[in-house]
Amino acid sequence: MSLIDAEGVTVRLGRMVVLRDVDFSIERGEIVTVVGPNGSGKSTLIRCLIGALRPARGRLRRAPGLRIGYVPQRLEVDRTMPVTVARFLDLPDRQPPAQVAAALDRVGLEGIGTRDMAQLSGGQFQRVLLARAILRRPDILVLDEPTQGLDQPGTAAFYQLIETLRAETGAAVLMVSHDLHVVMSASDRVICLNGHVCCEGTPTVVSEAPEYRALFGPGTGGTLALYRHEHDHSHGAAPQGEDAGDCRHDHSADEHSTNGRAP
Amino acid sequence: MLDDFLIRAGLAGLGLALAAGPLGCFVVWRRMAYFGDATAHAALLGVALALAFDLSIFTGVLAVALAAAGLVAALSGRQHSTDTLLGVTAHAALALGLVAVSLLHGVRVDLTAYLFGDILAVSRTDLAVIWTGAGAVLALLVWRWSPLLTATLNADLAFAAGLDPRRERMVLTLALALVVAVAIKVVGALLISAMLIIPAATARGLARSPEAMAAAAVFLAGGAALAGLWLSWMADTPTGPSMVAVAAGGFALVAGVSALLDRG
Repeated sequence: MSLIDAEGVTVRLGRMVVLRDVDFSIERGEIVTVVGPNGSGKSTLIRCLIGALRPARGRLRRAPGLRIGYVPQRLEVDRTMPVTVARFLDLPDRQPPAQVAAALDRVGLEGIGTRDMAQLSGGQFQRVLLARAILRRPDILVLDEPTQGLDQPGTAAFYQLIETLRAETGAAVLMVSHDLHVVMSASDRVICLNGHVCCEGTPTVVSEAPEYRALFGPGTGGTLALYRHEHDHSHGAAPQGEDAGDCRHDHSADEHSTNGRAP
Repeated sequence: MLDDFLIRAGLAGLGLALAAGPLGCFVVWRRMAYFGDATAHAALLGVALALAFDLSIFTGVLAVALAAAGLVAALSGRQHSTDTLLGVTAHAALALGLVAVSLLHGVRVDLTAYLFGDILAVSRTDLAVIWTGAGAVLALLVWRWSPLLTATLNADLAFAAGLDPRRERMVLTLALALVVAVAIKVVGALLISAMLIIPAATARGLARSPEAMAAAAVFLAGGAALAGLWLSWMADTPTGPSMVAVAAGGFALVAGVSALLDRG
């Protein structure tokens, strides 16, 4: 049974339809990455899947008792609230101190528990969020652009850590990213989103799909290879999946080309 | 012992401090200062309604404070920003309250008592109401403490953990309305926000955890209440404003000392 299963989900924010007819599912242990230009509804999809937004239409099912480890896109600890790293990891429920320390060790931040959250660097902060997410042994890690504000080596190290964690814990990973070239090679499946699912499949298949290229340009193919490891390399493969061939709107429109191009 | 009005006044101040300390921390953390103002100013309208319909002041104030908070929550995010809505509600409620009080026939109302408090006139019944209300607020906050903290840090973090941040917000709204209803006798409608915000803001400089900050705020609010009472007794000044003045003095002191320590 899928951990999360969405069928024909439509989400409105105010009067605007942000997501239309999205089908989505993720299995135990799977790494799924959602890519798409700004305003394509990536964060909306994530927020819908974790229960923060209610779909206007469609069906959304989570496995009973599903434990979600969530790393939000941005979290600002207001300077008015004094909170140490250890106390933060104890929210919303207290955890055994040994496990808190172990989670911090796991993300490479041993002994940082007494530090104030406001004093952390961007990279440390993201890793504390990750430590909090893995602390409660989640069935699925959900990460919304978790490497924003990290430099290239920091980003690469962060994704490496996530892959290792998946291998160790067997938790599924669902992430949203702009760091296409880093992320895609580690993913079992990539979903290209632009208000609806444009195309979907293995990283190679998606990177070759005309829908994806229309959104992000052809330039990412080369950089993708840098991080490729276990996936078969098959250029020229036809896009797979029902949605890939059924993309009715015009992807070549100018609105996508500026913010969608990979760095 | 309770026969002494000074002792009753001191106990009333301490009761308020017990609830205002932790609740004030949430007001500071969530930047709800204006929301507190809107709710508190609505209290005056509650007083007018209570007098008109022969209800207890506590009931009238609680009902109107809840209604004002509910109104803001229902309207926010539509056409106007929450900030604007709160500004409208806070001052409209105050103005309506003043108008309504003046329309009451046959009742002589001492407005100053409701605007700035009348702690020296606290009766045994008032004292019971204050401590019951404050105790209820404290129990509510202790019960919901971790969910409230989580929702305050990040709403989506709370959703992902299976909590509902909207429910936690309602908890805070209810607690705020209760504190307003309790505090109107102690510091009055205009200074309730001050007793929420100033001790909590002072406590920030002294604490390293949310719990320590809440506890420190209780002590600071209680200290300000007792010292303000003493000051007003010695210098013959109005009691509610004296308490707030002492609290503000404490804030200035802590802010000054920590600025010096940071430099050195």
